[in-house]
Amino acid sequence: MDFYLAAVLQALCFTPMCLGIYITLKVFNFPDITTDGSYTLGAVICALGMSNGLPLVLTVPAILVGGALAGISTALIHTKLKVNALLSGILMMTALYSVNLSLMGRSNIPLLGKQSFFSLSLVSDTDLNIFLITLIIILLLIAGLNYLLKSDFGLAMRATGNNEVMIRSLGVNTGSIKIIGLAITNSLVALSGALVAQFQGFTDINMGIGIVISGLGSVMIAETVIRLFRIERMIMNLCCIVIGVCLFQLVLAFTLSIGIDANLLKLLTSCFVLLIVALPNSKWFKFLNAK
Amino acid sequence: MLMLQNITKVFFKDKPNEINALDDFSLTIHQGDFLTVVGANGSGKSTLLNVISGSEMIDGGKLLLNEKSIEAFPDYKRSKWIARVFQNPLQGTASELSILDNFRLASLRGQSKTLKIGVDEKFKTRVKEHLNLLGMGLENKINQPMGGLSGGQRQALTMLMTVMSEVKVLLLDEPTAALDPRSANKVMELADQLIQEYKLTVVFITHNMKEATNYGDRLIQMSHGKLKRDLGKKGKKELKPQDLYEWFNED
Repeated sequence: MDFYLAAVLQALCFTPMCLGIYITLKVFNFPDITTDGSYTLGAVICALGMSNGLPLVLTVPAILVGGALAGISTALIHTKLKVNALLSGILMMTALYSVNLSLMGRSNIPLLGKQSFFSLSLVSDTDLNIFLITLIIILLLIAGLNYLLKSDFGLAMRATGNNEVMIRSLGVNTGSIKIIGLAITNSLVALSGALVAQFQGFTDINMGIGIVISGLGSVMIAETVIRLFRIERMIMNLCCIVIGVCLFQLVLAFTLSIGIDANLLKLLTSCFVLLIVALPNSKWFKFLNAK
Repeated sequence: MLMLQNITKVFFKDKPNEINALDDFSLTIHQGDFLTVVGANGSGKSTLLNVISGSEMIDGGKLLLNEKSIEAFPDYKRSKWIARVFQNPLQGTASELSILDNFRLASLRGQSKTLKIGVDEKFKTRVKEHLNLLGMGLENKINQPMGGLSGGQRQALTMLMTVMSEVKVLLLDEPTAALDPRSANKVMELADQLIQEYKLTVVFITHNMKEATNYGDRLIQMSHGKLKRDLGKKGKKELKPQDLYEWFNED
């Protein structure tokens, strides 16, 4: 049982990232792979802050700003230098690997016993404490994002992904909207990296590899749920992301628990995501597409 | 009001397929003009609209709006004064956003989009009043996504959205080309009504000879990036669709 509990806790740590991916992918229609880099960047900044005794009030903004800068760089490459969205993300992700490595100075920093988010004790049970703290963070994020997407600025963001010609003709500089948008989403991703680092007790230079795939998988599951129940309200869509991440991590935990080699985990993740992406489009699952 | 002075726009410069889309083109559009533009394909009509709206930057010449030079402004900056209805009815509205949200964005044309929640009861009433003009029963469906509506409905809504804010110039780029005759009529009637009510200055491109003779109080013909004919109110009144067909045969 502990195994599945750990999977849920990990899923909650992944949730900010998936909210970010959801917004870039579904709201902005921008396939952003900076994620792999900005996720590790968040964990690295967190590790540096914690191991140097920086108070959390300073570490958290540093993590968010770090992620935002990564996102802004990708958006600038895309909007100013007119580089393809995918390629801009890949360039940034690759560059961030070196940035992260030089920031850390070595490939792994242990964080056990350091003052972290989870040091704040709401209840005595450690797991429940982590659960509550991550849940509070997620609820705050969902409330904030829901407000953002409903505001005039959020409408412009949504229109940017939906019909760029139209929103430009209404006087919106879609370039700056993309820059701000990617800044927001990548700071969410960085926050996720920091949460995971604290949850697992270390930051590793390779922890971000392929993370965008599991994020995408979670968002796809959430999409399927949204379609299945014909959910239209933005806040419910965002809540479905939490369900999507949890389901995704539980399935992975299940595959590991039946004794599949952990080295095959990435292969399994890819196959699983492929399945989720392909299923709704296959003729056997037409009912998912019925509008 | 809107002055185009010696504007040139060249595509594929110095290549064998070089095109002079606008060739030393000059035109003055006065306040309240409803200018109809006709011309064969490739005569530069669409480039003319693109140049005015800013989706294409000019290679030479001057573009003045109320004596202010605007040729250096990108499209999103000009859109404060210049609204546009596209040929493709899907292009003027965001399909995944609700009717209400689309109108909200239109009402903020050229203003900064803040973190304020702008859709309130007062705004809803205002949108419903506007929708009432259409007589399509959409006033009770304001929360429906745009994507569920027909091309004709969406084009009519795009037209209506242009008057949610104070624009000076309205560019109509074959707005009815993709619509069935009935929807096309409806959209043009709505346009005519709004143009008169809000005293808009309009540049209207069309390939429909009936529309060209019925709507507008001035008509120009373009050919190879140049102005070929310019008819005022009187000349246009006497014009028949047959005359227009003959003009096209000259080219």
